[in-house]
Amino acid sequence: MPSAIVVRELSKSYGSVEALRGISFDVAQGEVFGLLGPNGAGKTTTVEILEGYRDRDGGEASVLGYDPGSGSRELRERIGVVLQQSELSPNLTVRETHQMFGGYFANPRDVDEVVELVGLGEKRDARVKTLSGGQKRRLDLGVALVGNPALVFLDEPTTGFDPAARRAAWEMIRALRSLGTTILLTTHYLDEAQQLADRVAVLRGGEIVRQGTPSELIGDSRVTEIRYRRDGELVVVESSDPVRDLNELTSQALAEGTELGQLEVRRATLEDVYLELVDEEEAGVE
Amino acid sequence: MLLHQLRFEQRVFWRSREAAVFVFIFPLLLYALLAAVYGGEIDGLPAADVLLSGLFGYGAANTALAGLAIILVGRREAGTLKRLRATPLPPAVYLAAVLLSTLVTFTLQAVGLLILGGLAFDARMPANWLGFVGAIVLGVACFAGLGLAAAALIRSAEGVSAAVNLIVLPMAFLSGSFGAHRDFGPVVQAIADVLPLTYFLDIVDGVYLDGSSLFSDPKALAVVLAWGAAGLAVALRWFGWMPRER
Repeated sequence: MPSAIVVRELSKSYGSVEALRGISFDVAQGEVFGLLGPNGAGKTTTVEILEGYRDRDGGEASVLGYDPGSGSRELRERIGVVLQQSELSPNLTVRETHQMFGGYFANPRDVDEVVELVGLGEKRDARVKTLSGGQKRRLDLGVALVGNPALVFLDEPTTGFDPAARRAAWEMIRALRSLGTTILLTTHYLDEAQQLADRVAVLRGGEIVRQGTPSELIGDSRVTEIRYRRDGELVVVESSDPVRDLNELTSQALAEGTELGQLEVRRATLEDVYLELVDEEEAGVE
Repeated sequence: MLLHQLRFEQRVFWRSREAAVFVFIFPLLLYALLAAVYGGEIDGLPAADVLLSGLFGYGAANTALAGLAIILVGRREAGTLKRLRATPLPPAVYLAAVLLSTLVTFTLQAVGLLILGGLAFDARMPANWLGFVGAIVLGVACFAGLGLAAAALIRSAEGVSAAVNLIVLPMAFLSGSFGAHRDFGPVVQAIADVLPLTYFLDIVDGVYLDGSSLFSDPKALAVVLAWGAAGLAVALRWFGWMPRER
């Protein structure tokens, strides 16, 4: 099966600022791929090149077999986008907004079905301006889906959501995935990438510093954390050989007859790996 | 797809109270006020007739220049245009729908002026109906061209309403939309002599009051079309779909 997205040595500068320094990745069909990174890492630039908004300076990009820089209408028939910031007409209703966008596509989805899918069934006849922030974001998603796209770009789809709304959005994205839709997701929430993405690329300063499944990235990590309290003070040991270190620690405690209060052994989460990667930059270490 | 978008453009327009009041009602209201204040005659013609012609011209500029610029700048800066660019809707079809929607709105406004004038002020009906219809299309073509230029050059959604009114209102005064020309000083007169609305009103006076042909004053027609074309050229060069970087 051909890849939905192929990116090779993609580069882009804004003036003297190199936003992308030759990144490469593939997104398989039906996959949820997460672009993870701090603000300014190049996530939105990457997505906007693939959506056709920005021209690349160098490298190759292919989206569903099309060059995104060609402005092809056939490509736009098959993608859906959720932008970070975009407003829809405040005076149309939820249903009308879906109808309007559906009319741009050759084979749109059923409007009411999409409105239900994004959880706006009860708001179908409400004007857009009366929706809450989270509901507007769901409307963005619905409008991205109404054209029945094979590939959906979600640029920070849950930024600003409360935890409940975020979980609801995750459910929607999982439902979308189960329909076979390929999803390219950017986020700076690590739990979001861990929850949703089949594979993740961590971007930092315009480069991909790590790429793989969330568990591969975690497995990469050198760090297992051993925490305990001794005489009331918290001790944190970062161990690359936790079996040996734990054995020593507990043998010693047994021999001395001391307690290891609140002993805890923690495998790194994606967050730890991510912070490790981002911290390397701050420490000036490559 | 054009009709699909036109339908939604009209729906969006009439549901937006600010747009409907400012763009559609305001010229009708001004006509009613001015016609009520100036009874009698202007330049030997019934004031209600002269003012109807003048407010028709103001309405064209207000609807197609100010109204269009406000719609487009607002949508661009809100990211609405950017979002549309990712859909299969061709940009030319979208713009055509927005322009046709402007034409529909101004046609309804012109009909509104005639009904209001005829019923309340005993104003005459157009002496040349066909020319009057032609003037509606000509006015929208010229001022929409300038509206696109204004939308290309004005980058602030907050400032666009003030900026376009700063263009349209003085132009309407100088061109004689709100009553006959007074004796302007030479500088002001020189400005008035290049404004598109001055020439557009000559044409409207011709078809509405005198019953002459839309093409009877080739110079006026050429000036009006040249302004529209100049606006279009500016728009083609500078109009973008992306909001300002934030």
